[in-house]
Amino acid sequence: MGSSRMSKSLNQIVLPVAGGTALALSVALVVANLDYGQNKISSLEQRVEQATLQAEAAGRKASEEAAVVADLQAKIADLQAFAKETAARGTDLTEKAPKKDTGYGLGREALIAEIAAWDVDVLPDGRGLPAGRGDVFTGEEVFADKCASCHGDFAEGVDNWPVLAGGFDTLADKDPVKTVGSYWPYLSTVWDYVHRSMPFGEAQTLTADETYAIVAYILYSNDLVDDDFELSHENFSSFDMYNKDGFVVDDRPDREYARWSTEPCMENCKPSVEITMRATFLNVTPEEGDETLMNHAAVEDAPTFVANTATTDSGGDKEVPDTAPLAADPALVAAGEKVFKKCKACHAVGDGAKNKSGPQLNGLMGRMMGSVDGFKYSKAFKAAMEEGRVWNEVELTAFLAKPKAYMKGTKMSFAGIRKDQDLTAVIEFLRTTSE
Amino acid sequence: MDSKMKTSRRAFLKGSVAIAGGSVAASAGAMEADPLITEVQDWATATGVGVDETPYGLPISFEKDVVRRNVEWLTASPISSINFTPIHALDGTITPQGCAFERHHSGAIELRKEDFRLMINGLVDKPLVFSYQDLERFPRENHVYFCECAANTGMEWAGAQLNGAQFTHGMIHNMEYSGVPLRTLLTEAGLGAAGDLKDKWVYVEGADASSNGRSIPMEKALDDVLVAFKANGEALRMEHGYPVRLVVPGWEGNMWIKWLRRIEVADAAVESREETSKYTDVYEDGTARKWTWVMDAKSVITSPSPQMPINHSRGPMVVSGLAWSGHGKITRVDVSKDGGITWEKARLGRQGDSKALTRFYLDTEWNGEPMLLQSRAMDETGYVQPTKQQLRESRGENSVYHNNCIQTWFVDENGVVENVEVS
Repeated sequence: MGSSRMSKSLNQIVLPVAGGTALALSVALVVANLDYGQNKISSLEQRVEQATLQAEAAGRKASEEAAVVADLQAKIADLQAFAKETAARGTDLTEKAPKKDTGYGLGREALIAEIAAWDVDVLPDGRGLPAGRGDVFTGEEVFADKCASCHGDFAEGVDNWPVLAGGFDTLADKDPVKTVGSYWPYLSTVWDYVHRSMPFGEAQTLTADETYAIVAYILYSNDLVDDDFELSHENFSSFDMYNKDGFVVDDRPDREYARWSTEPCMENCKPSVEITMRATFLNVTPEEGDETLMNHAAVEDAPTFVANTATTDSGGDKEVPDTAPLAADPALVAAGEKVFKKCKACHAVGDGAKNKSGPQLNGLMGRMMGSVDGFKYSKAFKAAMEEGRVWNEVELTAFLAKPKAYMKGTKMSFAGIRKDQDLTAVIEFLRTTSE
Repeated sequence: MDSKMKTSRRAFLKGSVAIAGGSVAASAGAMEADPLITEVQDWATATGVGVDETPYGLPISFEKDVVRRNVEWLTASPISSINFTPIHALDGTITPQGCAFERHHSGAIELRKEDFRLMINGLVDKPLVFSYQDLERFPRENHVYFCECAANTGMEWAGAQLNGAQFTHGMIHNMEYSGVPLRTLLTEAGLGAAGDLKDKWVYVEGADASSNGRSIPMEKALDDVLVAFKANGEALRMEHGYPVRLVVPGWEGNMWIKWLRRIEVADAAVESREETSKYTDVYEDGTARKWTWVMDAKSVITSPSPQMPINHSRGPMVVSGLAWSGHGKITRVDVSKDGGITWEKARLGRQGDSKALTRFYLDTEWNGEPMLLQSRAMDETGYVQPTKQQLRESRGENSVYHNNCIQTWFVDENGVVENVEVS
């Protein structure tokens, strides 16, 4: 075994093992003891020394290479991070503006008088309030003079201007009346806003005392204080607003995000779809001169969309129809007319039909609920009209099956149609009278 | 009036169908030659307008309908009111400033650059006052972001009300802003005095009479908020806060303070009028949500829509719309033609802009069948735009803001489009 081969084999053993020098030494010594005489030991020792040096050099090289590898790995990680960041930024490849912790030395120091002039916000704990006071009596005068033209003498609001008083216990209604009294959680907000931005068109003209007085009067108009009440910077922060505990910090992340982050349905997502409300009936879209932005689609044109039909049946050679494809079944209509006898005592339908103890039913399908002129509807139907609810097959079926359950509070004293086929028939009949 | 409109629409449709049919069935020779092609037109012989006529151009007169509109009954006075971007008539994603919606609380004010001052005070090492010129000397960035009023689609909570994408979804615009990151200005004033930044706020207010003060958590202020002075390359318009406004990406438009005059570092939210009595959401049980800043993912089909009926013959049709999310990028938009029974993936016009409008298209066919058109956006968090039923189920109907429900347009066999609500 030649020394070059031996050192080579040592090399091979040692290279991957940084701390393998000692092992190489002992192997070499064992070999020496077996194959060579004692007199050769010293030369062997030289060779071992040489091998050791080579092994050490190889070890150094290995750790250097390892460092290079680590370096490359770090660079790959950097590149991957960059790629990820770039992907996250999408097409927005804006390089960030440089950051200079020491600043650029631009701008000038704000003066105390300047800060005092502009920093006038008031916090819920009363910080920022200037000294001052004002009572309800004074407030009533100032309010009548400066606020009532929009907000009304009793803070009830003129036209579309904000109502400031009342509305207690309406927040759970569909149209909550959100006033200073019923809704605003902090008194500081009222003071801050009145002082900073009111009166409309004359902002920042109220003195601190006038502001205290106006705020006292608004509280009084909400029955939250007596008429001898005086508000000042001293008793300000002790006043708790009615709705102070009515606010919760945004909980959409817990309430909605997870629930609404599932893979969406693409096919047969529901059996059928019907139009339940149409904007044209509300007629609230502004019109411009002669050109209307409204369209005037007739109600009976609205079709029902059913799974696997509406979308697949769109052949290229279909004629554009002039009317809605709703052919009435004569036998069903006749059956419906019979069923309608039950209704005739209270409801008229057909030419010249007038309101009886129930409203006339001409054009019922597609008609806004509670919308017949001259008929005194129940509160329930008046509300339905305000919501813009419209009679269609689904709504009418539900109503006629169980009137009192469907429309709680209806004046119609009719138990409902029990048989499905009678329901279908009478609805078909009413559909023909709607055309 | 109604029947006249309808008749003329039908006549037009029939006419166009006939032309389309002719082009397929008959040879080109059977058609009468188009005089617009065969006769020399005025514009092809006389000269046009010189370069000295229009130092700053407005859209050509034929486009005079593409304007902001307001809804009078919404507010007591047009001074404290809102108007709507004509999104139905625009394409791409950038909103031209001249037709981008406006919302003022005390009217739009004229503030000269020379009269502009921006103060930073409160818990800062050194309270500062900047001039307009100072702002232009800080390193600046350009970003495209959407700005959506929290009340966008708010009128539709209780049911289908306004008949036009402009009115249902037009409280939005999307511009490229040039400005200085807010963090740069905060660093300039020094945040050492604020101590732990985790529970700190910045209160921002405008120079107008309303001031419209809002509290923004420090984390957002140091993230991507911009103090902007240019939009779409030119100075901000007066109605958008000239000379300087705040840009708060992905968050409700009310926080994008216009005519910015003061930034205060504070240890608590101010609980101003705009973040308590307004821009809070009353749920079904009467409790309110506050600090609902982020605008969740949303989309709307802008064409066809009530103001953009289908007025071409059967055959190829482009359904076009907009999608956006305050949480980041739009990753997918689906379109349904049958009110949500079946959906197909739309093609995204340009992907990857975070907190900016994304245009989508469905390249499809229409053959006169009635449709219930809907679009449904998904963003990079996996969130899927909810239906109106889902929103009502979660929050009730007595809310005003943050209505990001799926919108339905009913297209009838004549191509007339209407805002509806479906089962």
